[in-house]
Amino acid sequence: MAYLFNTPDEIAAMLDAIGADSIDELFSQIPDRLQLDGPLDLPGGLSEPALEAHLRQLAAANSGTAARICLMGGGVYDHFIPAAVDEIASRGEFYTAYTPYQAEASQGSLQAFFEFQTLICQLTGMDISNASLYEAGTAVSEAVFMAMRVTRRHGRVVVLGSLHPEYQQVLETYLDNLECQLEIVATPNGFADVSIVSEALDDTTCCLVIQHPNFFGGLEDVAPLCQAAHDAGSLAVVCFDPLSLGLLKSPADCGADIAVAEGQALGIPAQYGGPFLGLLTCRKEFVRQMPGRLIGQTTDREGRDCYVLNLQAREQHIRREKATSNICTNQGLLALRATVYLALLGREGLNEVSQLCCRKAHYAAQRLAELPGIELMFDRPFFKEFTIRCRDGAKSVIDRAAAAGFDLGPTLARFPRLTASLGDAAAQETLLVAVTEQRTREEIDGLVDALATEPAKLSSQP
Amino acid sequence: MDPATLLFSTSHEWLHLDGDQATIGITDFAVEHLTDLVFVDLPEPGRALAAGEIFGEVESVKAVSDLYAPVTGEVTEINTALPDDLDALSEDPFGRGWMIRMTVSDATAAESLLNEIAYRTHCNAAGH
Amino acid sequence: MRNSLATELLFALSRPGRRAARFPDCDVPLQPLDELVPSQHLATADREKRPTLPELTEADVIRHFHNLSTLNMSVDTHFYPLGSCTMKYNPKRHERLAGLPGLVDLHPYQRINDQQGMLALLYDLQKMLAEISGLPAVSLQPAAGAQGEFAALLVASAWFRSRGESRSRVLFPSSAHGTNPASAAIAGFECLQLKEGTDGLVDLAELEQHLDENTAVFMITNPNTLGLFEQQIEEITEKVHAVGGLVYIDGANMNAIMGITRPGDFGGDMMHFNVHKTFTGPHGAGGPGAGPIAVREELSEFLPGPIVTSNLDDDGNPHFQLEDPPRSIGRVRSHFGNVGILVRGYCYLRTLGPDGVRDVARHAVLNANYLKSLICDLLPVPHGQHCMHEFVASAARLKEERDISAMDIAKRLLDFGFHAPTVYFPLVVPEAMMIEPTETESKRTMDAFAETIRTIAAEDPGFLHEAPHQTPVSRPDDVQAARHPVLSWTPEDGS
Ligand SMILES: Cc1ncc(COP(=O)(O)O)c(C=O)c1O
Repeated sequence: MAYLFNTPDEIAAMLDAIGADSIDELFSQIPDRLQLDGPLDLPGGLSEPALEAHLRQLAAANSGTAARICLMGGGVYDHFIPAAVDEIASRGEFYTAYTPYQAEASQGSLQAFFEFQTLICQLTGMDISNASLYEAGTAVSEAVFMAMRVTRRHGRVVVLGSLHPEYQQVLETYLDNLECQLEIVATPNGFADVSIVSEALDDTTCCLVIQHPNFFGGLEDVAPLCQAAHDAGSLAVVCFDPLSLGLLKSPADCGADIAVAEGQALGIPAQYGGPFLGLLTCRKEFVRQMPGRLIGQTTDREGRDCYVLNLQAREQHIRREKATSNICTNQGLLALRATVYLALLGREGLNEVSQLCCRKAHYAAQRLAELPGIELMFDRPFFKEFTIRCRDGAKSVIDRAAAAGFDLGPTLARFPRLTASLGDAAAQETLLVAVTEQRTREEIDGLVDALATEPAKLSSQP
Repeated sequence: MDPATLLFSTSHEWLHLDGDQATIGITDFAVEHLTDLVFVDLPEPGRALAAGEIFGEVESVKAVSDLYAPVTGEVTEINTALPDDLDALSEDPFGRGWMIRMTVSDATAAESLLNEIAYRTHCNAAGH
Repeated sequence: MRNSLATELLFALSRPGRRAARFPDCDVPLQPLDELVPSQHLATADREKRPTLPELTEADVIRHFHNLSTLNMSVDTHFYPLGSCTMKYNPKRHERLAGLPGLVDLHPYQRINDQQGMLALLYDLQKMLAEISGLPAVSLQPAAGAQGEFAALLVASAWFRSRGESRSRVLFPSSAHGTNPASAAIAGFECLQLKEGTDGLVDLAELEQHLDENTAVFMITNPNTLGLFEQQIEEITEKVHAVGGLVYIDGANMNAIMGITRPGDFGGDMMHFNVHKTFTGPHGAGGPGAGPIAVREELSEFLPGPIVTSNLDDDGNPHFQLEDPPRSIGRVRSHFGNVGILVRGYCYLRTLGPDGVRDVARHAVLNANYLKSLICDLLPVPHGQHCMHEFVASAARLKEERDISAMDIAKRLLDFGFHAPTVYFPLVVPEAMMIEPTETESKRTMDAFAETIRTIAAEDPGFLHEAPHQTPVSRPDDVQAARHPVLSWTPEDGS
């Protein structure tokens, strides 16, 4: 009986105090015919060593970033995670605490989240940040809902086709039962044409959603796009890469009204896609339309500075069906990881990591494009990720790279939305390559050498 | 304003009618029950309101209340000082704490509003 | 013993020129950056306009956060009987196992053959949750309970649409958690809240009166937020089904009934689990969670994807794939789900086995009833003879007789080293204190907790109104916080 406390003597004493003859009696409120008459069909319990052996076996059947050199992208990146991040996030006082509703018992979490909000504002230049959402796809959706409330326009939302296809799908699901129409502006050249986007915006459009760097890795003309949104009386929602901001213009400088992001790059491991960290920031004047928790600074009975959950009247536990969002449990521990990560990085560290990613990605792109049969798919400036087109097919290149100890991808053929817009043949030949600060010149050269070898000479990988 | 000259809704708005000019606010009872108010959201002047329509909201730390238009008409003026002087709502709800002025186009709904005595009775009967 | 220097804000600790993270020198050609990226995209060279993150050493950062952590109460350090939250012990083996290479560092776009171990785990978890719920089809996508509710409501509306029906209303009892109406609203439904009966259970007459051909879903938490099992659950589900509606079971309180009874068996059509409650995913100071949903067979083709499926390869070994159900509502998030939490839930269920699962519920209910028996003379529990995994006591009498409120008791408990129960929820009980000890607490702890409540009840009310007295801060000014929100540090109002 794992983790239970009560000894037989104690059980007897407790039942006695309750005035019940048996534990079964306590379940008498559940009608007999609804009670299971046998054990559930679940696998038998395991001891800790047996469980560990089992999990090790399962883990060994996967290939993580420790197994091969990772140049994979698509919104999840192999950035370095300093040991201090794991150290702090594994403090029981943080990770086994609840949401900080009881301020006096939660000043540690509350102050850390206040620092998180501040760091995210410093990073983005935006006025306010909430204390986290689930991940980027829902952050985009929440931003769109927020834009509807701010602009009181519920007619349509315009989204660039270069937004991560999974974020597009999430938004489509979130809009499922609502009157708001989702208009996707195709980006066949790998980036948006401002004049085409302008035409798609009208006086019922609540916002324009831009990802920058976009899903293909390319840089968008964010400032003119934001201007186009504003000209139509719409808001500009920018989905950014937090680790690009040591180099690229901030969302605030580009004119974003709401800026969202996937925060995975900030000290969070890949974990097969989650838990990650949705960031959402905006202009001051929209504060009461924001989704999610907000931590505020105030003073206590004795005038000491302290922190509380603030403006809770927006949230589901008070405003119920009129709440700005249904989110309750958020991604607190991941926000803590990001806080520690950014505190360690500091202003110089941020600049360095941005520059390293950018330089190494350009080196890798240039070297890969020298290979016969491989070319850059789009002629567009990029930051740390780019799209390549391979005559032998994306899958064959990914397999050959893997055989040589490198992971690339995903291939664009993985995303039905992209096969529809690029054409199946093109999608089958294209894949993403992302290069983080972790990759060395030697690794990049090794990848290029491996792909330069005739495919036929390599044993094929299933 | 003297509460005895006002009309009241069961959702705790008060209405002062002078010809087709209306002034609207919320009652001392409502303010007390919401406890410390932290925010008030009022409409833009020019907005057309139908009787029963939500025209704004008041927020305390732990609760939010919608504000309902007691009559039909157009908002002509709002109390712009109020958001920065929320204490006016507790100190002088029928005076300094007024919220909006309207030009009334249809006052029919006012006929079902309560006078002060009936309103106070209603509040007591509601048991809180 | 407090190190108040170290807990100053990071921004006050910052000193220009300090560094923690350092990266290797750049080993690729150092081309000028504006040759790589056109200058219109680059942050202005003017440093002042660059992000101004603080500058700290690693030791600064470690000391800061270690000291901050000591300002928290947590399950690892304190009894945390927060009702509705299931603050049970979080086994340490889960942390190690979820951190194994191959699990923690697995990229979601890895080739399918390179993720077979992960898929096997998730496949088995789907099966286990189906068995525990009595509902055969499971999606692990939702990131938390609230998202599970939202996803399931969209499944319901897609199902109605597929049958040519359009039903617009979701009903729930007034004691429902705030996420129920909030989820219904964003899923495009109108909400109708029902009054409970005086016994704290769903009032069948009230329910019947509001059920009609426009009823899409009735959402019910069972056991409910008063810690009571809705005994007439079969009549309830029959009535909802009779008008063609669906029943959603909010599974936040599964800790009381897993292995004893199943939502699918008592008429539920859809439900969510809170893996971070029932299956002990640590709460992480607010998250992450995981909110998988389980539904009846006929709803399965609408579930959000991807779902893990299995078939046999040529050698007769299982081979796992990711599939979207044929008429899926689509994704509710990017990637598979909050997998790190799902892995912990899997570890927990594999540790417990079928008997362990049932024992958890039995001991959770035993503990709650025991603690209730210790304090119900002082803090009466208005509803029910026995409770399930939690109970809602009322401080109304103490408030009237001695001017001691639920809030006073909650705050003063902190001084004695106990986390406060949930207070003022649900609203149907005046001066409510919602207490959930969970199965991972000892009799001795509960005895001490009850004793402390007695001590507090005898204290001077004036002293209690100012409690807590031993905590780092006491009674923060929420009104000031909300009237003049300060949501980030800025150099002007900082040091
Ligand atoms: C009864 C009930 N329903 C739903 C939820 C929402 O779940 P989550 O916080 O995981 O979104 C909770 C938890 O807070 C709850 O207690």
